[in-house]
Amino acid sequence: MKHDKDIDGLIALMARLPGLGPRSARRAVLHLIRKRDQLLGPLAQSMQRVADTARECLNCGNVGTADLCAICADETRATGLICVVEDVGDLWAMERAGVFKGRYHVLGGTLSALDGIGPDDLRIPQLLHRLSAEHVTEVILALNATIDGQTTAHYIADQLEHRDVALSSLAQGVPIGGELDYLDDGTITAALNARKRF
Amino acid sequence: MYLSSLGLSHFRSHRQARLTLDARPVALSGLNGAGKTNLIEAVSLFSPGRGLRRAAAQDMARRPEALGWKVTGTLQTRATAHEIAFTSEDGAARQVSIDDKPASQVALGRIARAVWLVPSMDRLWIEGAEGRRRFLDRTALSFFPYHAQAALDYEKAMRQRNRLLKDHVRDPHWHGALEAQMARSGAVLHANRQATVDRLTRAQAEAETAFPITDLALVQSEGELPGDEAALRVALAGSRARDMVAGRALVGVHRTDLAAVFAAKGVPAAECSTGEQKALLISLILANARALAQDEGSPPLVLLDEVAAHLDADRRAALYDEICALGAQAWMTGTGPELFADLGPRAQHFAVTDEDGESRVAPVA
Ligand SMILES: Nc1ncnc2c1ncn2[C@@H]1O[C@H](COP(=O)(O)OP(=O)(O)OP(=O)(O)O)[C@@H](O)[C@H]1O
Ligand SMILES: [Mg+2]
Ligand SMILES: [Zn+2]
Repeated sequence: MKHDKDIDGLIALMARLPGLGPRSARRAVLHLIRKRDQLLGPLAQSMQRVADTARECLNCGNVGTADLCAICADETRATGLICVVEDVGDLWAMERAGVFKGRYHVLGGTLSALDGIGPDDLRIPQLLHRLSAEHVTEVILALNATIDGQTTAHYIADQLEHRDVALSSLAQGVPIGGELDYLDDGTITAALNARKRF
Repeated sequence: MYLSSLGLSHFRSHRQARLTLDARPVALSGLNGAGKTNLIEAVSLFSPGRGLRRAAAQDMARRPEALGWKVTGTLQTRATAHEIAFTSEDGAARQVSIDDKPASQVALGRIARAVWLVPSMDRLWIEGAEGRRRFLDRTALSFFPYHAQAALDYEKAMRQRNRLLKDHVRDPHWHGALEAQMARSGAVLHANRQATVDRLTRAQAEAETAFPITDLALVQSEGELPGDEAALRVALAGSRARDMVAGRALVGVHRTDLAAVFAAKGVPAAECSTGEQKALLISLILANARALAQDEGSPPLVLLDEVAAHLDADRRAALYDEICALGAQAWMTGTGPELFADLGPRAQHFAVTDEDGESRVAPVA
């Protein structure tokens, strides 16, 4: 099949998105072209805007379009609670559940010697700094129940040992290796409400 | 539990085989290379893991076609019957389905149990600790379906820690966090293994058996294993410096060995005669099966490859009697039907033959 070079390029890029393959990418591109005014134009502009402005929140590691993300900029969320998650997908899952009213801290991964990820590659020093800067009273570890997730949780707990904050972890209604992003809202809510001292 | 039907499609030397079965033991006779072990290897898939040869799915595909294979069976358990199927396509890992729904190995482990004795285990007592540890863990898994997860967790944490050791990373908090994971899963592994040894000991003591009682004990290849999770953590931390030199963990449950002594003689298994070593193993397999029968309410599938060959006539008769008393569907192989004559109508007999590179299985009247 011979296509236009630009359109082929667009299809190839779309096919690299999670959840899309070559077939669904072709359908999506065809759809976009047909809805050029309603969809393709606004999408292109929106993508360009985000491409220009997207960045990691300097405070928590969430993604946003300003130096401080919407959650860190919101004073009503300075409740003294910080929920530590592995990645932004986990933060979004917690937000979707809508029960947690505090702020987050996104590590950006888990400790893994095999993958060459050490404490300095995660945002652990920043977390320690936030404890006093934001008058934090409780840190909730919402890390996955995998060995790497639990190793990281343990590491952080170790770092907080002599700090004056309560430390808790999500109740393990979470299946072994079950990742936060795949849990439904009810499960997340229950796990948060039944959190235990670490 | 027993299989009331078994189907093999393009599995090793079998192109198509279909067996209709009842709960009695199954005697398979045939010449060398006929396809007997291949058949019971298919049965061994009904318990979680890689089967009795620990082979990859692609090695089970019938050559030369090497396309894919399928093993199906109806497993009759105390409560109900399950249709279980194993498939592998184009050398991909095998898929399990239970009652037409995709299932995990853990789900399989909750309904199906199989224990086995194969000729490669003949040297179990004289070779390295790894084989005995594997035997111990497989036995533990038959009692505790979650044992495999603890073993995976332990392995994973240990690999991470070994990497730190090799890279000479000294961050004590990082080591401590990994050691905590190793200690937690290690304590579970150790408790399961100890319970397994205790359970086998009790099952041997309670049984009327012609096979020698084996005294079992968990031992460490070096020093002693710290008793609980907290002690394990302390021991790992204490061993860090030494471990860094070695590039691996020198203490822990991965260094546990299973010591066995022929109780009546007080002689370690490794120093027993070939026939005695085999008898000790049979004794343990039977104890495992009896314990499961008692705990679960029905005996597991028992696979005994070439078991008849090593036994004198009296021992062989005793084995058959004990298997029949246990009520297990024991799959036994031998090179000739005369080896199973003592079983008579207490078993279902099949002949396995090789026809131009294709195995055939047929009932014997
Ligand atoms: N993937 C495969 N495809 C085709 N044939 C295979 C495959 N794997 C093994 N075989 C062959 O199957 C044949 C039967 O093997 P099997 O081990 O079942 O024999 P057996 O009946 O147990 O013999 P023995 O009495 O010597 O133990 C062997 O010739 C072996 O080479
Ligand atoms: Mg064989
Ligand atoms: Zn933020």
